[in-house]
Amino acid sequence: MEKNVVHKYLRKNKKFPHIWCPGCGHGVIMSSMLRAIDKQGLDRDDVAVVSGIGCSSRTPTYVDFNTIHTTHGRALAFATGLKLAKPDMTVIVVMGDGDAVGIGGNHFIHAARRNMDLKVIVYNNNIYGMTGGQASPTTPSGKKATTARYGNIERSFDICELAKATGAVYVARSTSYHVQALEKYIHRSLSKKGFTVVEAMTHCPTTYGRLNKIKEPVAGMIYQKDHFIMKAAWDKLPEEKREGKFPMGEFVDIEKTDFVSKYLRLIEANKE
Amino acid sequence: MDKKIEFYESWCKGCGICAAFCPKGAITMDKMAGKPVFDEEKCIACGLCELRCPDYAVIIKKKDKE
Ligand SMILES: Cc1ncc(C[n+]2csc(CCOP(=O)(O)OP(=O)(O)O)c2C)c(N)n1
Ligand code: SF4
Ligand code: SF4
Ligand code: SF4
Repeated sequence: MEKNVVHKYLRKNKKFPHIWCPGCGHGVIMSSMLRAIDKQGLDRDDVAVVSGIGCSSRTPTYVDFNTIHTTHGRALAFATGLKLAKPDMTVIVVMGDGDAVGIGGNHFIHAARRNMDLKVIVYNNNIYGMTGGQASPTTPSGKKATTARYGNIERSFDICELAKATGAVYVARSTSYHVQALEKYIHRSLSKKGFTVVEAMTHCPTTYGRLNKIKEPVAGMIYQKDHFIMKAAWDKLPEEKREGKFPMGEFVDIEKTDFVSKYLRLIEANKE
Repeated sequence: MDKKIEFYESWCKGCGICAAFCPKGAITMDKMAGKPVFDEEKCIACGLCELRCPDYAVIIKKKDKE
């Protein structure tokens, strides 16, 4: 008998507790993903979890599916190859914000443009966690990183807007505090065909938190509770009240033929 | 309500998330041990601590009454 749905999918030969720091939001994202997979009723042999490099990218080492732990920024390239070789497999791609839209930014926009049937989950902690806190493309303006000691002067990427603009068929954002919504959005993305992106905001007590005065795990979650607002309420907020706050919810949910379907059709049509 | 709180101490890293967000105040952190203490009486088996524990150290089992 398994203890619960999450334990059912954990690799028995791995050492637990996992490597993530005490209270790190990454663990919450991983369990939300496992519950969503279970809810979708997928056979574990028909699921692949692919990642790049980073704290978040440790996920595949712990979960009992087909897994590939690849190189930094290239998870989507490996996943694209896998999807073409195994069109029936549900391919989930787990990346950090640096992985997804920093070094891997080009892969991200082109996988979206092609509408590759990949289920992306970005663990966005607004920083390069594993390498000690360099600013990432999602570090908010004014926030601190080891490479932005006086506060970030750059404008940051909005991953959901980026996914929407480049062609994703499903785009949603939740946080490690809002676990039920997170599970729901991942579950919805698994039922879609095409490029989907769930941006999971995750609190990083050790790196982002320490640099930005939210180093207690609980404080990180309170921050999320107070700063992320459901889309319906957000849309009604006057501009001045949006300052420092972020919308969450489902932003895109459309149908569009994915790359692999077109590719298989092409092969069929050109058979001798 | 009939329920069982299972706590796997060796998996727990003492982050305090379960205690901070329990809607019934059924969890307190033992300062010395750095681990949560559960009050079964207060617990309504909402399962939120299980959902938010980053280390999968708490499991709430609801037992349906016969
Ligand atoms: C090609 C390459 N460049 C740089 C690195 C060093 N590196 C490892 S993880 C990482 C960033 C991790 O940040 P993110 O992807 O946001 O994930 P997190 O650790 O925050 O979960 C970097 C720059 C690497 N491993 N490979
Ligand atoms: S450095 Fe941050 S993201 Fe990485 S495990 Fe620690 S808390 Fe989590
Ligand atoms: S949330 Fe989990 S790891 Fe954190 S104190 Fe509670 S049981 Fe321990
Ligand atoms: S199940 Fe709900 S009420 Fe019970 S201890 Fe956990 S959070 Fe508190």
